[in-house]
Amino acid sequence: MDWNTMLSYDWGAMMPEFIILGTTMILSILDLFWPKHFNRRKLAWLALTGIILACLSLISLLSFETVSILSDTFRLDSFAKAFKLLLLFGAALIILLAEGYEPREGLREHRGEFYYLFLTALLGAMVMSSSGDLITLFVGLELLSLSSYILVGMRKRDRKSNEASMKYVINGGISTAITLFGMSYLYGVTGSVNLGEMSRTMAAMTDGQLQYIMGLAFFMVFVGVSFKIAAAPFHMWAPDVYEGAPTPVAAFLSVISKMAGFVIILRLFLSLFLTASGDTFGALDFLEKNNIYIASLAGLTIIIGNVVALRQQNLKRMFAYSSIAHAGYLLVAVATLGGGYFLLDTVWFYLMAYVLMNIGVFAVIQLLSSQSGSEDISILAGMGRKSPYLAMAFTVFILSLAGIPGTTGFIGKLNIFLGTFITEPGHFVLAGIMIAGTIVSYVYYFGLLVQVFFRPVHSEKIIKIRPGLHIVLIICVIGTILFGVAPNIAFDFIHDQFGDFTDFISSK
Amino acid sequence: MNVYLLSLLVFSPLLGIVMVALMPKKEERTIKQFGFFGTLPPLFLSFFLCSQYYSGVALSIFDIKLNWIRFGNLEMYDPKLFTVDFELGLDGLSLIFILLTTIISSLAAIASIYIKKEWKGYYLLFLILEIGMLGVFTAENLILFFIFFEMTLIPAFFLIGRWGFLEREKASYSFLIYNGIGSAVLLVAILILFARTGTTNIAALTQMMTMGGVSLFAPISGSMKYGLCLAFLVAFAIKLPVFPFHSWMVRVHAEAPPSIVMIHAGVLLKIGAYGIIRFGMGIFPEQYKSLAFTIVLFGVLSFLYGAFLALVQTDFKLVLAYSSISHMGIVMMGLGALNEAGIQGAIFQVISHGLIAALLFFLVGALYERTGTTMLPKLGGLAKSMPIFSGFMLACGMASLGLPGMSGFISEFMVFLGLFKSQPLLAAIGVIGLVLTAVYVLRAVMLMTFGKNDSLIEKEKWDLRGWEFLPTLVLLGLIISVGVYPNLLGGPLQGTIEAMMLALGGR
Repeated sequence: MDWNTMLSYDWGAMMPEFIILGTTMILSILDLFWPKHFNRRKLAWLALTGIILACLSLISLLSFETVSILSDTFRLDSFAKAFKLLLLFGAALIILLAEGYEPREGLREHRGEFYYLFLTALLGAMVMSSSGDLITLFVGLELLSLSSYILVGMRKRDRKSNEASMKYVINGGISTAITLFGMSYLYGVTGSVNLGEMSRTMAAMTDGQLQYIMGLAFFMVFVGVSFKIAAAPFHMWAPDVYEGAPTPVAAFLSVISKMAGFVIILRLFLSLFLTASGDTFGALDFLEKNNIYIASLAGLTIIIGNVVALRQQNLKRMFAYSSIAHAGYLLVAVATLGGGYFLLDTVWFYLMAYVLMNIGVFAVIQLLSSQSGSEDISILAGMGRKSPYLAMAFTVFILSLAGIPGTTGFIGKLNIFLGTFITEPGHFVLAGIMIAGTIVSYVYYFGLLVQVFFRPVHSEKIIKIRPGLHIVLIICVIGTILFGVAPNIAFDFIHDQFGDFTDFISSK
Repeated sequence: MNVYLLSLLVFSPLLGIVMVALMPKKEERTIKQFGFFGTLPPLFLSFFLCSQYYSGVALSIFDIKLNWIRFGNLEMYDPKLFTVDFELGLDGLSLIFILLTTIISSLAAIASIYIKKEWKGYYLLFLILEIGMLGVFTAENLILFFIFFEMTLIPAFFLIGRWGFLEREKASYSFLIYNGIGSAVLLVAILILFARTGTTNIAALTQMMTMGGVSLFAPISGSMKYGLCLAFLVAFAIKLPVFPFHSWMVRVHAEAPPSIVMIHAGVLLKIGAYGIIRFGMGIFPEQYKSLAFTIVLFGVLSFLYGAFLALVQTDFKLVLAYSSISHMGIVMMGLGALNEAGIQGAIFQVISHGLIAALLFFLVGALYERTGTTMLPKLGGLAKSMPIFSGFMLACGMASLGLPGMSGFISEFMVFLGLFKSQPLLAAIGVIGLVLTAVYVLRAVMLMTFGKNDSLIEKEKWDLRGWEFLPTLVLLGLIISVGVYPNLLGGPLQGTIEAMMLALGGR
């Protein structure tokens, strides 16, 4: 590759990534050289500026044609644009959460590290959503994972944080290894790492032996990614890690990291396995034949997530299980492929809803737990009387998580259900599990509201809200209600901008 | 203007919500007044609609339809596919339910004067609840119906759980879970219809299901139609409630604050009947017809079960709760009769029970306020200390047991008239219930007003006074006027019932 080809690439397509990278570097240098006594909380605003700039540059790229640069390893297609937008939005909210984070023992000099590690993780997720080949995908995944291992252990003097970090490293390491192993099979079968090329080879592959290997590769990649999205039975790490990790990191894991997991699933499965033939005649699609496995995993995830959440007393653990359940709902959309009509917009919308409601919930948890030093659900008690506005915001998030009409969560679930019913035969069992899971989730979600409104006040301490958290809460509440009442704003946006995501694999 | 009138009606409680929300927490009197005033705009608007109707204006001019949500990106097939419009509409049936809602809401807002704490939150939730109820009866498509339906659920959960009696939290939880299951079943049915047809408009669906429209995607098979019809019936039977889905409702009646039970028994339960008429009977007439026997059977079961259990209760609130189950049984019997008399009787019964139950629970609230108990053994001799109250109680009991000249009589008479024509055997069994009703109503009222226990006699100035006469007289007046001149309801219902009979094949 000579200088001229380097220059001929349309580097503008990577602008958001460059901005994030640049911000990361500036932050790390500042953190290194600025005197110790300087309050590193201010760096959050710099990080936020970086994210907002990246977001703006991405918006300016929206009208860009689909391009792929670096010999088709980096693509800027509708899928990448849509999910990057969501990633950046979620990241901006979490940075604001982190700005107001103050654990018992303080973050001291590590606070600076938090911001730039967070940005590298974000960069990883963004690269993943843009990757046009297995290597970029994997590098992005590793960048995200390695950064998040450190982030989980951010509270260096906290035993639980250390334990969580250790658990996460080991579990994550294993899962990455499995994913990579699966990917190596795919490479072996197709002889290429470029997704577009692989897809063409796999579509033409009718040899039963090779298809068997392809099946193995599918399972391994899926198992590996299931760790990332915390789907049962690979969800065990989630509650422990969420509990030990600093709250903004838990929010990050449950939102950004999960979103990245779905990005890999969609990227890989839709571009490779959707068109691959599933039998020797090439009559059946691979994913059509094997989606029963995704479906059963989705069902299992919903059941385990919701049922175990019933017994949790620790808020973060409860929301870990709740986020497991939500991963299950999303997997339903993947398993049914949205009935062929509602897939990417459904997943996108649900993830957007999930960003809004879950980050909102974590903001409230962070606020209350840093004030009381406990994460027991009893810290919610009497919030309705003490700070009605906070309680109102919390109620909105919980109703949205429970899927009550009038909130984004409801529209998201509705969309998933449409996908399950539209085909013949409909996926009635899966839909049944999902609706039953939703009912079960009422019990623990409304249990929290019972604490908030029906129980006497837990502590009279006035809840002081930092401006960053204020912004997060306001954005999340407005978003949750707005997209619940007028979801067409979001639907029209993605349909106008991205159409049917048809430029998914096709190169230039 | 006409186009926006319905939206104005549905969302007019918002005015009250804003006013109450701006009040400081401690201003008890002002909040209560504003809360009550908040229920007046919908009341007057519904009166206006009613007067328009009686002056011969076609109700369809009030229909509104605005583009709202489009799911998926399927515009190239058909621009209307998978769209959900914001569409509200009115016919005779919904007009009557709207009137019932606005009247009972205003009266319940008056009865809310007995609420002892946190008035602000109470009235906010109360007015949200009213928006939900008004929306349910005007929604023209299933998604909108469902949204409003759930909008009644959440405020009711808090109202019961926060302001109820001792076991309120348990009651509100069982309310939430039972209704949650009911709405889950409903949601699945709605979404299957939506996914398979691409529309949720009730009129369009009715046409598709009866005439057999062309399906773009997977078709709806005959057995699936049965399943869907059954799902609608079950979902609304839980709401109504019909034996064996009733246990939540007994708890709610016993534990919720009386003003909320007025709304609950008066309007919320009626959504079940409305849903069965609109969706079960309306969209799936064929399937509904073949399920008629089962419907009547469950109707008779609830009628007798409720009546028997009401006989042995010692808490007056529980007597009323079981009597509600029993009366909802009559509704089911009427709806299963499949003829004009039966269906008309069922709708009459819905309205009549709404009024009677609201009045009874208003009286219960007034009673509890004075005596601090509703246990029958502890009450007694009220005829001496509270003569006017006892008189109203007796009148109300008479209405409940179906004394001619009161609304209860008309509805029960018509239901049995219809039922004897189509299911004589079950009707004959059902008649036993009528006797039981008389027995339990008289027993309870006698124990309260006369009875041996006269420890309460000494108290002076206990009787109903001042503003308390307003709800009592209004409700009793309505009960009697419907009883004396049933065409008050019969007129508006005519069109709807004729359409139903046409779909059911008439008999």
